[in-house]
Amino acid sequence: MTATGSSGAAHPMVQAQGVHKHFGRLEVLKGVDLEVAPRDVFCLIGPSGSGKSTFLRCINHLEKISAGRLSVDGELVGYRQQGDKLYELRDREVCQKRQEIGMVFQHFNLFPHMTALGNVMAAPVRVRKEAKAVVHERATRLLDRVGLHDKADCYPAQLSGGQQQRVAIARALAMEPKLMLFDEPTSALDPELVGEVLDVMRDLAAEGMTMIVVTHEMGFAREVGDALVFMDEGVVVEAGTPRDVINNPQHERTKGFLSKVL
Amino acid sequence: MADPLPAERGEAEAIKAIPVRHPGRWVAAAIILVLAAQLLHWVVTDSALQWGVVGQYLFNSQILTGVENTIKLTIIAMVMGAVLGIGLAVMRLSKNPIVSGVAWIYIWFFRGTPVLVQLIFWFNLPSVLRSVSLGIPFGPSWFHTDPKDLITQLIAVCLGLGLNEAAYMAEIARAGILSVDEGQVEAASALGMTRLLAMRRIVLPQAMRVIIPPTGNETISMLKTTSLAVFVAYNELLGAATNVYSRTYQIIPLLLTASIWYLFMTSVLTIGQYYLERHYARGALRELPLTPLQKLRLLGQRNPGGAAPT
Ligand SMILES: Nc1ncnc2c1ncn2[C@@H]1O[C@H](COP(=O)(O)OP(=O)(O)OP(=O)(O)O)[C@@H](O)[C@H]1O
Ligand SMILES: [Mg+2]
Repeated sequence: MTATGSSGAAHPMVQAQGVHKHFGRLEVLKGVDLEVAPRDVFCLIGPSGSGKSTFLRCINHLEKISAGRLSVDGELVGYRQQGDKLYELRDREVCQKRQEIGMVFQHFNLFPHMTALGNVMAAPVRVRKEAKAVVHERATRLLDRVGLHDKADCYPAQLSGGQQQRVAIARALAMEPKLMLFDEPTSALDPELVGEVLDVMRDLAAEGMTMIVVTHEMGFAREVGDALVFMDEGVVVEAGTPRDVINNPQHERTKGFLSKVL
Repeated sequence: MADPLPAERGEAEAIKAIPVRHPGRWVAAAIILVLAAQLLHWVVTDSALQWGVVGQYLFNSQILTGVENTIKLTIIAMVMGAVLGIGLAVMRLSKNPIVSGVAWIYIWFFRGTPVLVQLIFWFNLPSVLRSVSLGIPFGPSWFHTDPKDLITQLIAVCLGLGLNEAAYMAEIARAGILSVDEGQVEAASALGMTRLLAMRRIVLPQAMRVIIPPTGNETISMLKTTSLAVFVAYNELLGAATNVYSRTYQIIPLLLTASIWYLFMTSVLTIGQYYLERHYARGALRELPLTPLQKLRLLGQRNPGGAAPT
């Protein structure tokens, strides 16, 4: 089963064909097929343990897939194809590719020993070796954009969960990625803080960022999502536009899951 | 404490109760006081200790050189131990089984043999090696030297103490690295950092909070361990004292002189460690522990019958 984003460009941003992943004997992904079109907001839902995080981590090669094909922007993840031979990428090349993919985590994972500004500046300065002044200017602009210009000098411990997650989004954007991965970005937040993070993501979507969002926020998926995929037990069970999947699910498993989260 | 107790708010009468008496404590204190007085009397008056001689040698230039060398050895050995130890810890946590195996064997060997044996080994190495050369085995050599010039007495002692310390520091550093949340490395990797960069910029700075306190302990311990260098005739503090008493036969007073210096130096380190730990507890503890001075001040303020001020 293939899920196709609505804007349907010729060259998908992410393409998965029969992606398998197992940890030892435990098979977590059992042949995932999907396509994410550029500029789309692609929402991923599914019960706990269905492999959503694992799939997201495969996209930036934090996990190595066991079988199948996975490509980002037309290039294989983790391998280089020359003729009909596959060559594994070196660590350095893998790191290079990760720079183009931003990731936002459920538990923020900010660097606690750096200020908000330091967190945002760290990768451009240390990884891309950009001039500090240039990065400082961009980082300040990004913090401003997520509504935190007055918190630049605060350490993560001094920020609320919602503020931390917004810093984390700014940190990912500082590398000017072409794709953003969000792994349940609001599930660790108090209900009243969810909105401020979703607002930032909504703005990002409006600016045309390609986003894959694992979420249980059905309102967000319905309003902002271009495509919605329901995953269970390592396979894509149902895919389509958010409206279709949510209002008119075809599979029993989808119906069962939606009845619990809606 | 968000809510003050009712008594503090003045809503109810303060409790006036007779505190529990502890007669046992007073008896124990009295006995200890008598014993301590006897000990002090003996220490001060016994002629065998020869306090006059102690005073005479406390700032003797030979002893002071020894103090200087002890400090020098401690610093070199600890720096060597810390740098090598962190390297070994990173190696032990490597995914490459050969790299982590090498680190494991190093730690196993250097922790498993007495440091004194290692010291004597390095000291005697030059006399059993005929020559040291750098080049292709069995082929031409570009660098050639007499091992006696290569491993001087100081270098032998530093190698012995530093390489041994590295094995202990490696375990301390490893515990520190493991204390850092996995999500940190993950976030760093997702930003495109290499493992090494993530280790240096993200993991190690956070691991320091766990690494620093036991490193203070190790430094205090090292300060005393340097006295083993006396076995290879290196002129550190104990060596200096030995040199003097082998001439004058005033063994006890010179050992006392050395001990006073050791106690003085470990005391300085202990105080330093206390404040260092306090500094690194910042952000991890909600309230910092009191400094001894603050505790004394509190004791003075304690009002009889009332609760201790907080
Ligand atoms: N590194 C790993 N080693 C072994 N098993 C793993 C590993 N990572 C994930 N798993 C297992 O893979 C399965 C899928 O995990 P995953 O985190 O992808 O689920 P998920 O859909 O994101 O669930 P949740 O909604 O709870 O986040 C789980 O059973 C998990 O225990
Ligand atoms: Mg997950």
